[in-house]
Amino acid sequence: MIKAILIFNNHGKPRLSKFYQPYSEDTQQQIIRETFHLVSKRDENVCNFLEGGLLIGGSDNKLIYRHYATLYFVFCVDSSESELGILDLIQVFVETLDKCFENVCELDLIFHVDKVHNILAEMVMGGMVLETNMNEIVTQIDAQNKLEKSEAGLAGAPARAVSAVKSMNLPEIPRNINIGDISIKVPNLPSFK
Amino acid sequence: MPAPIRLRELIRTIRTARTQAEEREMIQKECAAIRSSFREEDNTYRCRNVAKLLYMHMLGYPAHFGQLECLKLIASQKFTDKRIGYLGAMLLLDERQDVHLLMTNCIKNDLNHSTQYVQGLALCTLGCMGSSEMCRDLAGEVEKLLKTSNSYLRKKAALCAVHVIRKVPELMEMFLPATKNLLNEKNHGVLHTSVVLLTEMCERSPDMLAHFRKNEKLVPQLVRILKNLIMSGYSPEHDVSGISDPFLQVRILRLLRILGRNDDDSSEAMNDILAQVATNTETSKNVGNAILYETVLTIMDIKSESGLRVLAINILGRFLLNNDKNIRYVALTSLLKTVQTDHNAVQRHRSTIVDCLKDLDVSIKRRAMELSFALVNGNNIRGMMKELLYFLDSCEPEFKADCASGIFLAAEKYAPSKRWHIDTIMRVLTTAGSYVRDDAVPNLIQLITNSVEMHAYTVQRLYKAILGDYSQQPLVQVAAWCIGEYGDLLVSGQCEEEEPIQVTEDEVLDILESVLISNMSTSVTRGYALTAIMKLSTRFTCTVNRIKKVVSIYGSSIDVELQQRAVEYNALFKKYDHMRSALLERMPVMEKVTTNGPTEIVQTNGETEPAPLETKPPPSGPQPTSQANDLLDLLGGNDITPVIPTAPTSKPASAGGELLDLLGDINLTGAPAAAPAPASVPQVAQPPFLLDGLSSQPLFNDITTGIPSITAYSKNGLKIEFTFERSNTNPSVTVITIQASNSTELDMTDFVFQAAVPKTFQLQLLSPSSSVVPAFNTGTITQVIKVLNPQKQQLRMRIKLTYNHKGSAMQDLAEVNNFPPQSWQ
Repeated sequence: MIKAILIFNNHGKPRLSKFYQPYSEDTQQQIIRETFHLVSKRDENVCNFLEGGLLIGGSDNKLIYRHYATLYFVFCVDSSESELGILDLIQVFVETLDKCFENVCELDLIFHVDKVHNILAEMVMGGMVLETNMNEIVTQIDAQNKLEKSEAGLAGAPARAVSAVKSMNLPEIPRNINIGDISIKVPNLPSFK
Repeated sequence: MPAPIRLRELIRTIRTARTQAEEREMIQKECAAIRSSFREEDNTYRCRNVAKLLYMHMLGYPAHFGQLECLKLIASQKFTDKRIGYLGAMLLLDERQDVHLLMTNCIKNDLNHSTQYVQGLALCTLGCMGSSEMCRDLAGEVEKLLKTSNSYLRKKAALCAVHVIRKVPELMEMFLPATKNLLNEKNHGVLHTSVVLLTEMCERSPDMLAHFRKNEKLVPQLVRILKNLIMSGYSPEHDVSGISDPFLQVRILRLLRILGRNDDDSSEAMNDILAQVATNTETSKNVGNAILYETVLTIMDIKSESGLRVLAINILGRFLLNNDKNIRYVALTSLLKTVQTDHNAVQRHRSTIVDCLKDLDVSIKRRAMELSFALVNGNNIRGMMKELLYFLDSCEPEFKADCASGIFLAAEKYAPSKRWHIDTIMRVLTTAGSYVRDDAVPNLIQLITNSVEMHAYTVQRLYKAILGDYSQQPLVQVAAWCIGEYGDLLVSGQCEEEEPIQVTEDEVLDILESVLISNMSTSVTRGYALTAIMKLSTRFTCTVNRIKKVVSIYGSSIDVELQQRAVEYNALFKKYDHMRSALLERMPVMEKVTTNGPTEIVQTNGETEPAPLETKPPPSGPQPTSQANDLLDLLGGNDITPVIPTAPTSKPASAGGELLDLLGDINLTGAPAAAPAPASVPQVAQPPFLLDGLSSQPLFNDITTGIPSITAYSKNGLKIEFTFERSNTNPSVTVITIQASNSTELDMTDFVFQAAVPKTFQLQLLSPSSSVVPAFNTGTITQVIKVLNPQKQQLRMRIKLTYNHKGSAMQDLAEVNNFPPQSWQ
């Protein structure tokens, strides 16, 4: 069973924390700090497995981590999970994030924490692996997002306009459209009369 | 009031904060805004506020005031609200808050919602944080969803069912009918979660396991699925680096392992497919190795044929040579698990394992060290010890204590010669002297006294060792003790093994005095040194006055222990000089005492209580007879006396009582307060091979050997053997040492042994070495029973065993009648 999934950056700032066992809020923060402390000490070319810190259960539990650019993805698991399997799971998770966010980077995780949680909820439930097929997960997430958008009503009109423009067959697809102040910067379209 | 800011804005604002204090200020301001917004009961912005609250919660700020708001969101009709609400519930609520029960009704409604995603959200939340009350209420709904044809919901329901079973094990039967068709699914997600559900059910209940084996024909079904996965060609949907759904393969292999354990038929059915997977899987990527690893573990766990096992060990051997550190790590871990059962096969890879000791990676070094200790045997002891000593020199401090203890144990078991043994001990003491565990000192001293012919050599080497450096306390303690005992050998230069060194009595006293004065010496070490100086007063001839002076100085020492010793020794010099030479005579050869951590023998009727007993003084008088009454009730017989725990004596050896008080260094490891818990607790928690060395040995100096040992009890994989000793000096006492071993594949925990004898006997039960009987005969629990039989009647005994095995509590009564006549006549 997976006890916790943590994502934090090179300085220890948490980007996502999900615990599958009840811990008090203080303990949760302590666990994040302790895990960061253990993982950041590791060299680049050692194995990706560590004994768990004391707070999270000690020697029964392992920390399995992967370091991608500025982020550490740490899964804390107990002995019933296959270590190599979890490594693959982390890889699948990151690839799914990549697909959902298009070239995901740390900023995406920062500004869309709730979406990352939703994606994670499609993969791991109650500490157990639910779905590992990337395409399946992405399909489900897209469907749910569509459901959300359809509910947005009037307030969602600008958003709908944006996505309508995005999916139009234009030679140049606009990328940065600011929804906040409703000013849509669309580049010059000479063919648009 | 203005509309609350969006989550994005909040994040942006917080990121501009340059100090922690600034960030805190911003968050507090925002929290206040959120709180007033909540008070206004505004539906449109609730979801935004909760999203911000969750973000702040992740950063570590308190967010409990949002819990009720999450509930309101869950109750809303909009999907967006529900999504954030459920997420908030999972992050902010858990079963310890009473508020969470309010969710139950919402979840129940949502489980029957028309939109599958809402149902999915409800299942997800229930599966993550449902408490046992919630699970009980909603189990029916989950079971219904388990039968639905919608694969999205089915897989979520399966995992939710796992959670329900974990919280409320009694509900397991409820899900049984739904599992019948689970494996017929095509959807891999459903297959995966179904296998997880089946695994959980099989692990929890042996009845379920038997049911699945026989009635459901689970094994053939799983074999078929696995075969399809391997044989089918490239399937883009499930492909990960060229292998078709490795996650599902790994899960199935794990379930096969549970099904095949201890069951010949199931193991038979799996042999082919396991061989196929083992040989056909590509190992160039991590996924292939993950599958192979799982296959190897499965092969080792079930009753596979020997060819398959050899194949598995060879795969592990190949893993060890792999460049990838992760692979080597898992290989070492699995070899450690299999070394007990397939010792010879693992021996073949010994040199590779020993090489791993030099790896840079800490995790690999630790694994390699444990495995090396498991592999040491009589043949390779010299070579292995060289490597291990080199490792001890160069390893990180966190390993040194474990390594030192391991080396001592290995040396004790397999030492080819006494001289080699002493040399090894010396080497460990000098290289890792300060990391040696405190309880090793008495063991070492005992060892040294036992090798009588090496005394001169030992004391000489120890003397040379502390001449240069007396900061390593365990080394100094052992050295001080030896010099005190064998100082005369040292001065007379009688060493045969080595070139004898010329030492005068004054030089010896110099070094002992410097130990006494040094700031680096602990109080315990000083006690050792003072006693050693005192002992030398009978061994040395020309420096008695000097010794007298030293001893009298410490009569006013601030350290109470030292003061007491010095005063008593002073008294010895003044008033009891006639007794001095008799009292300070050479110590007799000590037989091994049952080492249990602290060497105080405690009467607990078979239950160990390590920590509190070190600091409490030994209980005087009999302990409450409630346990004895249980035994009486159960056995029912009138002629059986209960076990009477008596007040413990400090040491059962036959040396004089006063001697023990004065020279009690050996028994009471001077500072039990300093290292109580570590001394005893790790003994139980460490891997079984470390416990092997602590088997109890004869307690009496003069034993009559030759009494045959008997197997008192052998049932369900638990075997208890009795070995006997009797003392020539006290023929009515028989000492029985029981050894409990476990040949099943699961450990037996909380093992308690109780015994009762007829009225004419008296029984004393000493505390056992541990309460866990490790599986596969990897270790034993030893316990000592002393029987007083003044009327020399035939020995009979009734024993009661209680332990936990395979998750259930077991209890058994037996009568032991086959005592050999030499044990009681």
